[in-house]
Amino acid sequence: MSTLVIVEPGSHPSASGVARVTRQAVTAAQHWGQPVDLLVLGHTDAAAHTHIAGVRRVLRADAPHLAQPVAEDVAALLDGLADDYAVILSAHTSLARNALPRLAARRDVGMLSEAVALLGPTTYQRPIYAGNLLATVENTPGLQILTVRASRFAEAALDGQAEVQAIVAPAADGRARVTARQSAGGERPELGLARVVVSGGRSLGSAGQFNAVLSPLADQLGAALGATRAAVDAGYAPNEWQVGQTGTVVAPELYIAVGISGAIQHTAGIKDSRVIVAINQDPDAPIMQLADYALVADIFEAVPELVRQLPAKV
Amino acid sequence: MKIIVSIKRVVDHNVQVRPSSDHSAVELAGARMSINPFDENALEEAVRLKERGIASEVIVVSFGDSGVQESLRQALALGATRAIWGQLPAGLEQPDQLAVAKLLREVVQAEQASLVLLGKQAIDEDAGQTAQMLAALLDWPQATAVSALEIEGEKLKLQREVEGGTESLEVQLPAVLSADLRLNAPRFAKLPDLMKAKRLPIEPFDCAAAGLALGPRLRTLRVESPAPRAGGIVVSSVAELVEKLRHEAQVIA
Ligand SMILES: Cc1cc2nc3c(=O)[nH]c(=O)nc-3n(C[C@H](O)[C@H](O)[C@H](O)COP(=O)(O)OP(=O)(O)OC[C@H]3O[C@@H](n4cnc5c(N)ncnc54)[C@H](O)[C@@H]3O)c2cc1C
Ligand SMILES: Nc1ncnc2c1ncn2[C@@H]1O[C@H](COP(=O)(O)O)[C@@H](O)[C@H]1O
Repeated sequence: MSTLVIVEPGSHPSASGVARVTRQAVTAAQHWGQPVDLLVLGHTDAAAHTHIAGVRRVLRADAPHLAQPVAEDVAALLDGLADDYAVILSAHTSLARNALPRLAARRDVGMLSEAVALLGPTTYQRPIYAGNLLATVENTPGLQILTVRASRFAEAALDGQAEVQAIVAPAADGRARVTARQSAGGERPELGLARVVVSGGRSLGSAGQFNAVLSPLADQLGAALGATRAAVDAGYAPNEWQVGQTGTVVAPELYIAVGISGAIQHTAGIKDSRVIVAINQDPDAPIMQLADYALVADIFEAVPELVRQLPAKV
Repeated sequence: MKIIVSIKRVVDHNVQVRPSSDHSAVELAGARMSINPFDENALEEAVRLKERGIASEVIVVSFGDSGVQESLRQALALGATRAIWGQLPAGLEQPDQLAVAKLLREVVQAEQASLVLLGKQAIDEDAGQTAQMLAALLDWPQATAVSALEIEGEKLKLQREVEGGTESLEVQLPAVLSADLRLNAPRFAKLPDLMKAKRLPIEPFDCAAAGLALGPRLRTLRVESPAPRAGGIVVSSVAELVEKLRHEAQVIA
């Protein structure tokens, strides 16, 4: 038996045409020690994915309705493939979160969401209670369906040589249909993938100040912008920038929290960052205990000063 | 149109939870419990649809121990028209998402509802699966993490949150939706309504009688606190911060 990894359609490809999370998911998939196949949906470049090390085959389901797929169609497609696989796995992306539980119910099996460690063939570790606790969970033997927190796994190399195999997808279900997709990112790297993330909180005070204070810093560091829920709710930043338990989980090399208190729902989404910097005027704010480098300062003075002292943009 | 709203009673989001002493489960004794926040959004949306004359009934359902009755009464005070308590049979006190979805399917079919609203995730287990599983079991279309909703006849026009942006969808009724926090701002229950709700009936649903194979498929073997991040340091100036980032952490050039 083998393992199937789902590739996001057109998912933010890097220069290689392969998203980092896909390479990380492939590494996770090696855990079972059996052949690993990839499923590429829509017009996503299947050939680019043949270079991921440790992949046997790239299944390419190129149908117009899979370019912006809905859960109904992805679950039906996977259901048709599932007999050939012992494990179906994906990074914890919107697509997988949407489609894999639907698949699991169709197959009458349980599903694991956002595993952070793979302990045995059917045993996993996953965060619960906004990452306040870690649970070791055992699934019933049989088809394993799961998403993984990609940042916990190394990126597979790109020196592989897999073959592409075209497969036929079932016709569109049609009852749910994507009519538009708006992105809020602009020119910046995508939040969940960025090497550096600069996030702001309620303390920024307005959308104008959020932008005026944080954009120069993000520009200089080539960073994605993030926000707390309080900042999003106040209208300082778009929804898509929310970092945390109910927003995006980030794991950058450098996370800079600007005027953020560090509520558990926020820190749940940043704990895997390599280096955390917090700038806050309150030395007792919870974020200051979590940060690798805590600067007690007024953000409206410290951030412009930081921009001045950082190396010029390259 | 009948709407069913599924609510889970969870440890309040302000409570700091710990593992039980034998690490077999989460220590819940005495913890303050609340309606899962996303389920409040789901309920609010359903009640608004009722107030606009689009929904005829808003039926809240919760599976759990006797404590869930308190949450159901709160939901009645917030505008639900009926409440159903599914008492869980012995051995199934901790149902997994598939089990809850199977039980919900029974209720949805018995009530002949045409829209089901759930939360996008329960903040205890953070699974985010039940809505999608229910949709599959009913063979209905679904939309998760819904942040805006309009109904035009048999069609739902909605927005859902996806990474890097927002997706607009059209979904045919009957359908299953899960609510994001952004969907609306839930109202607070008024004291007179809470008092009134105390006297309203809560209808039992016999989970065992449904004769379903409810697993559970997933078993929790151990619960522990994650290793804390190594403590950091306080820097005294922006200059020191830049110096540390460059030479110690080596994250900037
Ligand atoms: C179910 C649920 C889910 C949630 N999910 C999320 C989530 O995913 N992500 C998330 O972020 N939140 C989430 N929250 C909200 C979370 O609990 C907090 O309310 C939120 O993170 C607080 O945002 P904040 O740090 O911007 O604001 P506050 O907590 O108000 O903190 C502001 C901070 O700014 C500092 N400050 C003020 N002025 C200055 C200044 N001039 N200079 C320096 N420092 C200053 C203050 O000292 C304070 O520490 C969720 C809540 C619930 C109930
Ligand atoms: N025991 C339960 N009773 C009623 N509804 C539930 C229960 N468990 C989960 N749900 C619903 O399913 C949603 C998603 O839960 P989950 O898939 O566990 O994250 C919740 O927000 C509730 O709407």
